Amino acid sequence: MTMELSPGRLSRRDYAASCLGLGSFIAFLLMVEALIRLGLLNRFIIPPPSEIIASFGRLFLEENIVHRFFFTAGECLIAGVMVTICGIGIGVVMQRFNLLQRACETWVAAFASAPLVLTYPLFMVIFGRNAWTIIMMGFLSALPPVILKTIEGISGTRKVLVNVGRSFNLTATQQFWKILFPAALPTIFVGIRLGLIFALINVVGTEFLINFGGLGQLINDLAERYDLAGTYAAICFVILVSVLFFMALEKAERWLRPVN
Amino acid sequence: MVTTGQLRQAAAASSGMSPVTLLRITIILAVLAAWEFLAHSGWLYRDVVPSLLSIGGALVRLLSDPNYYFNLGVTAAEIAAALAIGGSAGLAVGLLLGGNRFLSRAFEPYLYYLGPTPKIIFFPIMIMWFGVGPESKVALGTLSCFFPMALNVAAGMRQIDKVLIRVGRSFGANTRQMVLKIYLPAMRHPIINGIRLGFGFALIGTLLAETKLSNKGIGFLIIQTYSIFDMPGMYAMLIVLFVLAIGANALIGKLGGLDSIKRN
Repeated sequence: MTMELSPGRLSRRDYAASCLGLGSFIAFLLMVEALIRLGLLNRFIIPPPSEIIASFGRLFLEENIVHRFFFTAGECLIAGVMVTICGIGIGVVMQRFNLLQRACETWVAAFASAPLVLTYPLFMVIFGRNAWTIIMMGFLSALPPVILKTIEGISGTRKVLVNVGRSFNLTATQQFWKILFPAALPTIFVGIRLGLIFALINVVGTEFLINFGGLGQLINDLAERYDLAGTYAAICFVILVSVLFFMALEKAERWLRPVN
Repeated sequence: MVTTGQLRQAAAASSGMSPVTLLRITIILAVLAAWEFLAHSGWLYRDVVPSLLSIGGALVRLLSDPNYYFNLGVTAAEIAAALAIGGSAGLAVGLLLGGNRFLSRAFEPYLYYLGPTPKIIFFPIMIMWFGVGPESKVALGTLSCFFPMALNVAAGMRQIDKVLIRVGRSFGANTRQMVLKIYLPAMRHPIINGIRLGFGFALIGTLLAETKLSNKGIGFLIIQTYSIFDMPGMYAMLIVLFVLAIGANALIGKLGGLDSIKRN
């Protein structure tokens, strides 16, 4: 599911719509601030937005958020590399052997709809309360989309390209590396993009749940200390990082997609 | 010319099983054998990989325990409430954004980018707002299922055949009639798809919240088996949960006729 964002210059109407969106968001924050100052909202449940914004500096100076960000990013990177290697590998093997694909593809799809993140206590027993549990949760949840999209990408290679390879008497390995894999790459990247999104969600989520690691643990720590403004600010920071991450992935995907 | 594949298929057909089924059975048996071997190998800490017999025993104990059904009922009620609230809100917002291009341009990017953020990090806020009881779990489930529902419905609304909309207008249908007679029937599949996705996210959100802080529900039972190191019990619970989740997902798709779209 991708949004239809038209490239190029914004029309006047689009500009007005963007202003309305941003304006509504700012108006909402101002309204919350006013309601808290008037005593209509409890500041011990919802801190004033001004306090949340002010506590961002504290997150950088006292809570080491940059280091935590790189810790979480590192876990995501390892999970991402693992899922790319394993997911593409499994997808290629499944696509190569038709019978295996027919037998296992529905299993992989079912695996994708299973609440895999709930196995985190199991991984805590196996790996302990450390980064590997978090990485494995990211890896497992990211695996199904990469496998499925690899199969889809290679299966969807245009017949004419395959025939060109055959007419050049390419070996099976050459056919894969010179024809099938490059042709499937845009679709495979869609799977990797989805996989990385799932990995990020599960890495941060597991960090929060097992109280270990980077940004997820920071939110848990701040909430346990009842540092309300800090908790809200840390949540905003994670949302910001996630949004920037998705935007970067989308850009990369558009760059890879051939122009129709 | 008869190919080896056809011969294999014919041989399998004579034994009453397709090659796919045979391969599936082989894979399952191989995995079970490998599991049992690992359980008895001593390579891992004792009970990290319990024997199939002890998992089977735990499964029987679990399914005959009335306490399990009570907790299952609690979780099911929380998920149902989350799906009802988040699904209805998502449907309303999706209809509004899908039907109005200006509003969609203004607000949909926020939904689109907030949708895939990890929702469990909002749990501390939910606890502060709704307390430590089931309400905070319902709230997290609601938040989790709102986004996929709203985005699916908005996208589905934009894909409605323009002819249908023109037919409705030419009959002079008012807004309520347009929604009930044109938009909703034409959007059956995106809505069912949204419910299916929303259900998955609500399930994960609710159960994760239960594992973090609760005293009842399936999430609580799972984390309890971890606390007392009852590994066969944990495996049994995860197996039942996965079967229920995958089954419910497939059922929603079947009831909504999603499988028929793929075939056509």
